[in-house]
Amino acid sequence: MQDESFPSDPGRRRLFLAVGAAGVATALPLLPAQAQQRAAPEQAYIFFNPAEATFIEAAVARLIPRDETGPGAVEAGVPNYIDKQLGGAWGAGERLYRSGPWQQGAPTQGYQLPFTPAELFRTAIRAVNQEHPGFAKLTPKEQDMFLDALHTSTKDLGGVPSNVFFESLLEVTIEGFFADPVYGGNRDMTPWKMIGFPGAYADFYEYVDKHNVAYTAPPTSLAQDANGRIHVHIELKRK
Amino acid sequence: MATRLKETDVVMLGVGLVGSIVGRELTKAGLEVVGLERGEPRYTVPDFQGPAMHDELRYSIRKSLMMDAAKETYTFRNSASQTALPMRRIQGFLPGTGLGGSAVHWNGQTYRFHDADFRMRTLATERYGKDFLGPEYTFQDWGVSYADLEPYYDRFEYLLGVSGKAGNLQGKKIPGGNVLEEPRSREYPTRPMKEPYGSAMFRKAAEGLGYHPFTQPSSNLSEPYTNPEGMTLNTCMFCGYCERYGCEHFAKASPQTVVLPVLLKDPKFKLRTGCQVQRINLDSLGRNATGVTYIDGQGREFEQPARLVVVGLFALNNVRMLLLSKIGAPYDPASGKGVVGRNYSYQTTSGVNVFYDENTNINPFMRSGASGTLIADFVSDNFDHAKLGFLGGGYIGEVMSHGRPIEFHPTPPGTPSWGSEWKKAVVRHYNHTAVVSTHGSSVSTRYNYLDLDPTYKDAWGQPLMRMTFDFPENDIKLSAFITERAAEIAKAMGGKQIAASPRKRPYTSTQYQSTHNTGGTIMGLDPSTSVLNRYCQSWDVPNVFVIGASCYPQNASYNPTGTVGALAYWAADAIINKYIRSPGPLMS
Repeated sequence: MQDESFPSDPGRRRLFLAVGAAGVATALPLLPAQAQQRAAPEQAYIFFNPAEATFIEAAVARLIPRDETGPGAVEAGVPNYIDKQLGGAWGAGERLYRSGPWQQGAPTQGYQLPFTPAELFRTAIRAVNQEHPGFAKLTPKEQDMFLDALHTSTKDLGGVPSNVFFESLLEVTIEGFFADPVYGGNRDMTPWKMIGFPGAYADFYEYVDKHNVAYTAPPTSLAQDANGRIHVHIELKRK
Repeated sequence: MATRLKETDVVMLGVGLVGSIVGRELTKAGLEVVGLERGEPRYTVPDFQGPAMHDELRYSIRKSLMMDAAKETYTFRNSASQTALPMRRIQGFLPGTGLGGSAVHWNGQTYRFHDADFRMRTLATERYGKDFLGPEYTFQDWGVSYADLEPYYDRFEYLLGVSGKAGNLQGKKIPGGNVLEEPRSREYPTRPMKEPYGSAMFRKAAEGLGYHPFTQPSSNLSEPYTNPEGMTLNTCMFCGYCERYGCEHFAKASPQTVVLPVLLKDPKFKLRTGCQVQRINLDSLGRNATGVTYIDGQGREFEQPARLVVVGLFALNNVRMLLLSKIGAPYDPASGKGVVGRNYSYQTTSGVNVFYDENTNINPFMRSGASGTLIADFVSDNFDHAKLGFLGGGYIGEVMSHGRPIEFHPTPPGTPSWGSEWKKAVVRHYNHTAVVSTHGSSVSTRYNYLDLDPTYKDAWGQPLMRMTFDFPENDIKLSAFITERAAEIAKAMGGKQIAASPRKRPYTSTQYQSTHNTGGTIMGLDPSTSVLNRYCQSWDVPNVFVIGASCYPQNASYNPTGTVGALAYWAADAIINKYIRSPGPLMS
């Protein structure tokens, strides 16, 4: 079986390079000299291989597109969020009951597949990429039609019904757009600014009964210091 | 091989709201109490502090404070003809775990039920006739009246410091309060909460339609308060992180803020966390409990002998504990016989979104868990059901509790679920939408019940509990009626568009609706139709008391926690003043 972590098709590989050069995050194995010549990639994926990253970046760009209301899911770092979630405890099935027997039930009974989220994404994206390796190169309209087909059918993607994959993808995309930026999405809190959500700030006692007030203070992250810097790496104070 | 520990007077299963109150009452009465809690110890400081607590992903979406489905969950089906499957993620409701239980992450909506709820079979028969609903409906009297519980509601509300305004003080109606409530012996401990904008628009619209709006009684406090235990609570800051979160401000009444610190200082109380109770042990005749067997966090098995066992777990787990312990006859829906697991009920909720223009700033994030304004005109039997063909009722209110955007991003009907149109609609409507909620009763039927699953097991190898539930026809009619009334008010609230969603079948376990899971160990006056007598004492094993929403023979219009607290004081009183003086059945 072909190793999908680094596609052998030169055409596809060039696509990744092009995407990477455009500043959208993909992790590429670079030699040290090359790495010095180019700006460091904005982020490195810990879970997605390049083929998976290409699909995810293209798909979330259509689920929440950049438009006149502001940046979309890609600009907000949602692929990075999804990558970190799938590579971490949630992806491995945290808080998920995983004992068999396995059987599909009614929709009211909820998720009944044996896949962890990480397995589900990997399995479904592999099937999508095998069938439609050029998804990322389609026009936005064609991409939307493809995603809509995933949403509305139960087509088998390596054991994952396509609607289950689509709904999972949409769910994590919205999470990554609106979750605190400390999780790797919601870059610069722009999605919060777009809707007017103040984030982790938590004292509205003086405002709540001043009706119809336009609350315009910028949002805050739970990992933000007094100067507005968001700390992903905790700076330990040592004496 | 279990290690046998020294006998104690009382073993308390679960140290949440019930465990904390009953533990406090029994230790005050001089009894030695061991409290077994399956989850972690946790306290306002350091565990609930901001800004880390203001994390929607961790607490709302991943449900960090709640029962871990990887270890323990429930199986579910809509009807007995289906195969129940495990809720692999718990989405439909929020079972608590850990010290303080679900009263750590509740919203704080604190109500009293009506006499028509406690004596539903008797009073509905008097008013509407014996056969108003069909024979499949198994609602019944609780064995207690509102008058019985009033002093205990009072104690509970003064423990929590509930913010509100009386509308019926010893029979005297007081405008501005809930004039349709049952009489209360004294005013609320603290004044009502501030009123958010959407709630104010609801109040005006409801008044215009001739209804009686009032401020929601709240256990997030409007002002500082020191309770009879000497615990001081602070003013709620309207942070918008309430249900699913612990309160950093000491402003939400929870076991940690109202009683636990006092209880934990009492040498007569021993708290053990990380202890998974496997079963209540019975003597050879099955008539007396000898204690419990539990497994600690290291996997070691212990037997804790006790003279009295008090079960105060999450409602569904109370039922499971009796089934695992073989206390009481399990309910059989085919014959209608048996009692444990019978009369599982829920809550019938719905919503109406009111979409405003862009100049109307609802500011949904400036909320408290229990702020808001509602009407009780359609609660319980406050209105005539004769021509409506259903029983029960519900409140209608603008009682939004947050504006956290992963969970809350309303869009008008017809909006796609993704893409640029979806995004534009979210941006357009997020801060300009109010939600009118309905919160309705749930009648018990012969078909909705709880039992042990034949297939699926928990991490300790014990059968999961199986839930068989769908909304009864009565409650679908109720929701249609009450959602129409809510829509009329919503239309009068000055929005550009409204969207009403009455509750429909089938019940789905995948959508959060309510954590008000009730019944299964119901109280009553007849051992053939109830598990517990009117003092929450097992008919079969009199040294076992079970307290919680599992005691409700059917669920009422209002949120259930006020009644759980009242029952905790009521049962504790019966244990201290009746049972301890003369151990044995308190009713025959």
